[in-house]
Amino acid sequence: MASDLETFPVRNGEDVVRARQIVRSRAMDVGFTLVEQTKIVTAASELARNTVIYGGGGEMHVERVYGGPKRNGLRLIFEDKGPGIADIDLALRDGFTTGNGLGLGLNGARKLSHEFDIWSKPGEGTRVTITRWK
Amino acid sequence: MDRIPILKLEDVLLVSIQVDMHDQLALTLQDDLTQKIVATRARAVLIDISALEMVDSFMGRMLGNIASMSRILDAQTVVVGMRPAVAITLVELGLSLPGIRTALNVDAGLAVMREVLARRDEPANGE
Repeated sequence: MASDLETFPVRNGEDVVRARQIVRSRAMDVGFTLVEQTKIVTAASELARNTVIYGGGGEMHVERVYGGPKRNGLRLIFEDKGPGIADIDLALRDGFTTGNGLGLGLNGARKLSHEFDIWSKPGEGTRVTITRWK
Repeated sequence: MDRIPILKLEDVLLVSIQVDMHDQLALTLQDDLTQKIVATRARAVLIDISALEMVDSFMGRMLGNIASMSRILDAQTVVVGMRPAVAITLVELGLSLPGIRTALNVDAGLAVMREVLARRDEPANGE
């Protein structure tokens, strides 16, 4: 079902910029419209920043997914081995932040995606998976 | 260390963001602009974001901060040139950039700015 899994480091601010550029280019390969590209790139930017700031750095996995004969999509996985999130429901609430941001990142990424999954365990890390279909 | 250039045109500070900014660059711009407003006694700041392919919550916050700080320093901020795809995404993200004046392009932005400044300079009319 899936193929071409690629992995990129997300350790600092420059990696966040690179992550945006990679996601833009893969989104174009999938055939996303400009608006669709912008949405998934923006979601990627929010999640990559979270990986750096809250996760202490990690990785982004990018894979093209096929949901049917004519259904193409892009799946992004952001993974870190940081402190984890104690209360995921709270973290997903707009306006909640333990940093100095707006608290729109995690929930913003969810709003900009078709599928959203988060796994986190205190002391072990966080993994956020988003998928956007064409 | 890279920086986004700030041009002074009469009493207006002009910034055109032409690179995909990492967060530190955005913070540096915020600081530079604040200092430059005071140093040049600028009355307005015009930020062209027409080259930006995306604006996320961090950049949105940076634009909001610049607008608030300049207001406190008695200068007006206008953000111009936002791409339609960026506007659509920002709204879906839940960010409507409250308190930020916008215009479609630099020309329109300058016109808005002149109007605001002129209105502000009008002598207060008696009741």
